Amino acid sequence: MSLLLAQFLAGLASAASLFLVASGLSLIFGVTRVVNFAHGAFYMLGAYLAYSLTTHLTGPLGFWLGILAAALLSGIIGGVLEILLLRRIYHAPELFQLLATFGVTLATQDLVILIWGPDDLVGPRAPGLTGALPILGQFLPTYDIFLIVIGPLVLCLLWLLLHRTRFGILLRAATQDREMVGALGVNQKWLFTSVFALGVFLAALGGALQLPRTAVTHGMDLSVIVEVFVVVVIGGLGSVPGAFLAAVLVAELNAFGILIYPAISLVLVFLVMAIVLVVRPYGLLGRREGAARAPLGALLRPWRPLHWVGSLGVAVVLALATLLPFGLGRYGLGVATEILIAILFAGSLQFLMSVGGRASFGHAAYFGLGAYGAALAVKWLGAPMELALLAGPALAILGAALFGWFCVRLSGVYFAMLTLAFAQIVWSIAFQWVTVTGGDNGMLGIWPPRWAARAPTFYWMTLLLTAAVVLGLRHLTFSPFGYALRAAWDSELRAEAQGLRPKRLQWLAFTIAGAVAGLAGALFAFFKGSVFPDAIGIGQSIDGLVMVLLGGVGTVSGAVIGAIAYKAGSIWLLSQTDYSRLVLGLLIVFLVVLFPKGIAGSLQAAWLTIRTRRPKTGPGA
Amino acid sequence: MPLIPTCRIAAGLLLAALTAGQTMAATIKIGEINSYSTLPAFTEPYRKGWQMALDEINKAGGVHGDTLEVISKDDAGKPSDALTAANDLIAGEGVAFLMGGFFSNVGLALADYAKQREVFYLAGEPLTDAMVWQDGNHFTFRLRPSNYMQAAMLAEEAAKLPAKRWATIAPNYEFGQSAVAVFKKLLSAKRPDVEWVGEQWPPQGKLDAGAVVQAIAATEPDAILNVTFGADLVKLVREGQARGLFKDRSVVSFLTGEPEYLDPLKDEAPVGWIVTGYPWYTITTPEHAAFLKAYEDRYHEPPRLGSIVGYTLMKSAAAIIAKAKDTDTESLVEAASGIGLDSPFGPIVFRAADHQSTLGAFVGTTAVKDGKGVMVNTVYKAGGDFLPSEAEAASLRPKD
Repeated sequence: MSLLLAQFLAGLASAASLFLVASGLSLIFGVTRVVNFAHGAFYMLGAYLAYSLTTHLTGPLGFWLGILAAALLSGIIGGVLEILLLRRIYHAPELFQLLATFGVTLATQDLVILIWGPDDLVGPRAPGLTGALPILGQFLPTYDIFLIVIGPLVLCLLWLLLHRTRFGILLRAATQDREMVGALGVNQKWLFTSVFALGVFLAALGGALQLPRTAVTHGMDLSVIVEVFVVVVIGGLGSVPGAFLAAVLVAELNAFGILIYPAISLVLVFLVMAIVLVVRPYGLLGRREGAARAPLGALLRPWRPLHWVGSLGVAVVLALATLLPFGLGRYGLGVATEILIAILFAGSLQFLMSVGGRASFGHAAYFGLGAYGAALAVKWLGAPMELALLAGPALAILGAALFGWFCVRLSGVYFAMLTLAFAQIVWSIAFQWVTVTGGDNGMLGIWPPRWAARAPTFYWMTLLLTAAVVLGLRHLTFSPFGYALRAAWDSELRAEAQGLRPKRLQWLAFTIAGAVAGLAGALFAFFKGSVFPDAIGIGQSIDGLVMVLLGGVGTVSGAVIGAIAYKAGSIWLLSQTDYSRLVLGLLIVFLVVLFPKGIAGSLQAAWLTIRTRRPKTGPGA
Repeated sequence: MPLIPTCRIAAGLLLAALTAGQTMAATIKIGEINSYSTLPAFTEPYRKGWQMALDEINKAGGVHGDTLEVISKDDAGKPSDALTAANDLIAGEGVAFLMGGFFSNVGLALADYAKQREVFYLAGEPLTDAMVWQDGNHFTFRLRPSNYMQAAMLAEEAAKLPAKRWATIAPNYEFGQSAVAVFKKLLSAKRPDVEWVGEQWPPQGKLDAGAVVQAIAATEPDAILNVTFGADLVKLVREGQARGLFKDRSVVSFLTGEPEYLDPLKDEAPVGWIVTGYPWYTITTPEHAAFLKAYEDRYHEPPRLGSIVGYTLMKSAAAIIAKAKDTDTESLVEAASGIGLDSPFGPIVFRAADHQSTLGAFVGTTAVKDGKGVMVNTVYKAGGDFLPSEAEAASLRPKD
């Protein structure tokens, strides 16, 4: 009995900081509709600043002042970031802000190393709260009691702020219908800035309050951000009480789960999220998202097949690509092959995003299933490469069909998070099932047979498959199936009235995208000769998103350009500097500001402008 | 007319200079890969270590008059990026062989690459036993004492404790899993009366300390085996001390005595834990004193275990090249098999049977001195004493 109580209280203490960070994220999303990936970075920044401040300001007063000042300072930095960066891109397509905040996160990881050094930092413990109280024979640290109190306290304060102040009323109004709030004469700019600063303040406070419990490290941003996304989604986006409920739920399940099955914490939050989203699509306390934003489709010109100039360009590029092995060495060809595989992966995600209208945060699941499918076929069935290249996509299709059936019932961020949950479940299976998958030591010796082992041969094989599949996806986009998909996205109701079956169309699109990603994964396995769980990791999913967004989500094949730019850039930077994340992060931020439609999207827009300005010189369309 | 003889003379001189250059001062390129951006706390001291060794070697005239050059790449902590870097080094830069690696999975990926491309690979830090045993290959050698060796060293000490009820806590990935498995096997063999009463498997970097500490305490163990490190270790120590988990209990802990993990804890370092590590402040052997002085003079900071690994890895590479006389893969592999050299920890041998070096580790107990965590009562355990016999080890390897 006393153990259960102790476990319950330990869970509540863990829930507190999770809630602080999650509530900030939820507020920001509710008002600005920005999925703030940099929220974890601010959590980390809060902890680092608190470390510096509390080691300089000593004494009990100094400690608490330091914690508070760290959070305030981070809040101000957050506000400045909103003014300088996010304000410029609110009108960019959905999720583009995610890309920008991802760039900020990358840069921050290297910045904290430059400022605070690479070592883990252990800050002081909270003065007066270092002891423990005996409760029913178990010791409960006094700092835990403090945290247990602070969680509900912040919840109450936020509730008062939201329900008893003019600022709160505006915030809630903006969460429901921000265009209307704008129409009523409220200055949205400052509303957005202040809510962003408030959210960042809460995140940084959550990080600063971890100081007496753990070490401050330059990896703590990523370890918290995903968990916080999950908590926000379980609770319901934009709902502060929901975030609290979800934080407590997740923390308690974890505290009790490890008593029964100690290895559970690896996957628990994602299992909970998957179940919650399947049963309650908008989270525990969330409401259906209002039509706050015009669907992406309406922002775009209708797609057209390539102009003859474009087709000619594609043919020339393909011809050049075919000749590449005669001009490049083995290393250059290796990089080129890696880029081709990235194109295939990004292309599959683009099909789902741009044609299907659904952004997946867990597309790595199908890349990974493809890679593991191929590797397992080689390892356990002794299959040759030719067969394994079919087995990989086959496993990916199975996975995509199964998970897709649940996912397509949701849309927007909820869809994204459910795909993430499934990806994490697949990841933890690959990670945990050591006897079959080798765990994180991966599966080795998946090399191509003799005929394909030479770098040029493997390159040509990859080029052939990539070109065929990308052109095939384009063809599909302009087929009746593609138009039906587009219709289902633009207006589900009208599409249904016309006799289309939107859910089934999207399920099919999801499976096709999964199959292509699976092919990319299978090729990747043979290219690298090995498979590791990070092929299914969150990093791989994010790489995919970045490539599509960089290329231009509003285009049909922008991902090709996005993949080339991102992959070549990151490989080159990695070989040139130890601070590749800083450079890459800043580069992404600049690209986002300069090309809010993505690289390909901006090129396309420029081309269209030229053509409309000088209609005579342009060929007749 | 006078032009032609001058030309001839010039050409002759040039030719002489070129051939002389070839025989007298060539450069041998070595490719090096590590997780510099992901784990700077460990790889920075490591880099300083190999750079110091490299300068020492080249100042002393290189290897047989050839200058060594290291081309270093970052793998971002990912096996796939490490393979791209390996390709860059081998195919692009034309290095003679590869060395480095920190994470076990990166090490295994590079070892498999070495096997496929028939390249010599000298691994430094990766700890997994698979590297030299289950997945061992002809081309791969490893310097650091493996997971198995450290488990054996700790199990030897643990067997002397009166404790019968043991609980384990380890990060939920291959390193943690195999550390616990080997330790359990070896301790149970020495002490059949030992009972394993509980285990916790937190995800790496995400230890939910309060809940885990309670769950371990609830199993009422006499002793605890800890394999967590880094931020997880900090959480475990703080929460465990607040909740009285370590009171009247023995703790045996992997890696905790390494300055990389012990230093950040400052005066909160646990007291009385039996750990493996690197107590640079108590080692009195002349080999180590010389290394310590050179390192501190050069960098004005104390070394870490990574410094030892980097330094010894570079020295091993030079010794292998010196013995091989040529830098083709087969000569290097042949030279490395059974090669002996002096390290700051004393003489080591790369065993011919399983390509594992006999570099050892220090075992001792933790204490707090002058507000810092230190190891006391330290003993150097030579690696060779904790490895299975060469015949037994060879039987663990796949047949090439």
